Amino acid sequence: MIAEEKNGPVHPVIDQIRQEAACLFIEGRLTHDTIPGIAKQLKKIASRDVESIDIAGVTQLDSAGVGFLDQLLEDQFHGASLIHVSDKQQQALDAFSSKDHQLPPAHRDPGIFEKIGESVYHLRHTISELVMLISEITFWSAVGVFNSNGRRKGSVFQQILLIGSNAVGIIALLSFVLGLILALQSAAQLRQFGASIYVADLIAISMVREMGPMMTAIIIAGRSGSSFAAEISSMKVSEEIDALRMMAINPIRYIVVPKFLAITISMPLLVTLSMVLGIFGGFIIGVSYLDLTPVSYFNETLSILTLEDLMVGFSKSVFFAGVIVVIGSYFGFRVEGGAEGVGRVTTSAVVASIFAVIFLDAIFSLIYMV
Amino acid sequence: MKPVPVIEIKGLVTRFGERTILDNVDLDFYQNEVTVILGGSGSGKTTLLKSILGLVTPQAGEVKLFGQEFDLENEVAVNTTLQRIGVLFQNGALLNSISVLENLAIPLEQHTKLNPALIQRIGRVKLGMVGLAHAAHQLPSELSGGMRKRAALARSIALDPELLFCDEPSAGLDPITSAALDELILTLRDQLQMSIVVVTHELASIHRIADRIVFLDEGKILFHGSVPEAKKCGLEVVENFFKVGTFS
Repeated sequence: MIAEEKNGPVHPVIDQIRQEAACLFIEGRLTHDTIPGIAKQLKKIASRDVESIDIAGVTQLDSAGVGFLDQLLEDQFHGASLIHVSDKQQQALDAFSSKDHQLPPAHRDPGIFEKIGESVYHLRHTISELVMLISEITFWSAVGVFNSNGRRKGSVFQQILLIGSNAVGIIALLSFVLGLILALQSAAQLRQFGASIYVADLIAISMVREMGPMMTAIIIAGRSGSSFAAEISSMKVSEEIDALRMMAINPIRYIVVPKFLAITISMPLLVTLSMVLGIFGGFIIGVSYLDLTPVSYFNETLSILTLEDLMVGFSKSVFFAGVIVVIGSYFGFRVEGGAEGVGRVTTSAVVASIFAVIFLDAIFSLIYMV
Repeated sequence: MKPVPVIEIKGLVTRFGERTILDNVDLDFYQNEVTVILGGSGSGKTTLLKSILGLVTPQAGEVKLFGQEFDLENEVAVNTTLQRIGVLFQNGALLNSISVLENLAIPLEQHTKLNPALIQRIGRVKLGMVGLAHAAHQLPSELSGGMRKRAALARSIALDPELLFCDEPSAGLDPITSAALDELILTLRDQLQMSIVVVTHELASIHRIADRIVFLDEGKILFHGSVPEAKKCGLEVVENFFKVGTFS
């Protein structure tokens, strides 16, 4: 900023550094754009034994320049001093001196063992928080069935629209395509044994017991689990959760319970849709590609399916629904920081709930096997 | 000595749809002065600031910065000019995912070829100037509102700009922090010869820092001059503001 000619034409003095005896001369502009060049020159002359730095020739000195001089005096030429400093330069030196400003030590990155230990230590908190959240949601949902005080009027219906009806299209389409794929893959194998009709059994069992509930849960986790986490975390960041609490309104009862009730109602319905469309996809392949008659495919499907299969599918779907709500709201309430925290917890919520859905599905399969 | 204008505005008109925000504004800002832009809500203060900086495209008129036309089509020229300008936004606008020191380093890393040690040293000095050296490694979200604003000011002066814009620097701050910020603005003007444009309503702040005030009302300039002149300029709105501190 200390310029003799601000914005003027290029200064005739060349920006340079040179050494005569024990004195280093700097000339021209010593600013953030000329310093890299000057530093390079300094490296070339590789000067030692400098006792003083003459800056009489410096026409312009900014904070980068002062920092550069400080660096030279502190590190490279320890004990040297500045000479021929003009008043204006002294002013800049005083304003930008880095001597009085020390940074606190940087955060040390914890090592791998420390990280593992920390996460294990925090696991206790995580589990207790999750249990608290689950118990609160269950309690207030049970209360909410009889007493709709403390939640927004019509909020359950609104959430059913958001979580359920709006997802009908995507779930129907994906389940249908999944049915087609499953049927095509299995048909190629079963045909070799002349057992084409068993495609109907395979599709029926796998869609009803496994694929229907799991596909639906994964789609809902991506669609609604993420929106739960994003909504709750942004409410928390903007202090809306605190505001609710100060109005003597339980935020879990007001925000989470309607979502929980809505998803518990919607999920089995969506899963039914998914099962039907998946079986329909298999039916299309069976009739068109395997030359089965519609009636035989239909009969085979009905004969293989039992009430137990349906119960397995629906009970899973209700569990998945609960998991998605709990994980979505857990991450939502756990947000830290500002807008970027919202993004982080949303991602975590989706990843964690898809993981939990698949993991739970495996456990269910084991239980029902036995 | 005749003051040198750093910003020259001629016939500036900015409209949003039907509403005219700035109506044929002619205005000069001078070197090494603190100019305060004043006016009630909706009088066009922030729009004036944004029109100067090209964040809002005006419908008519021209803006000259440092004596050169600010041609938004020419990106290279705009970026060169912008490196000589610092802007302190109303809410600080620090990047939230990186530490305060890293925020400060952004302009230095992007626009200079200085080595990291020197960049850190400059960051240290600038943070020290605003009294925040101890918070260098913290994230912006961990700071209080006043600290965030000071950190943002440190970032806006990272490249030693010749021209600094501050949009409501003391909004939402307590009187003591606000006074400290004013002190800093005066230091920048006196020691570093910066030209500073400040948008504010704070009467106390205006008395402390203003060399010149621009009083906007419904997109027009009502008054342009020093504070003592403003107090006896004969315009009821302006005189009233200095008496009671409200726009009515």
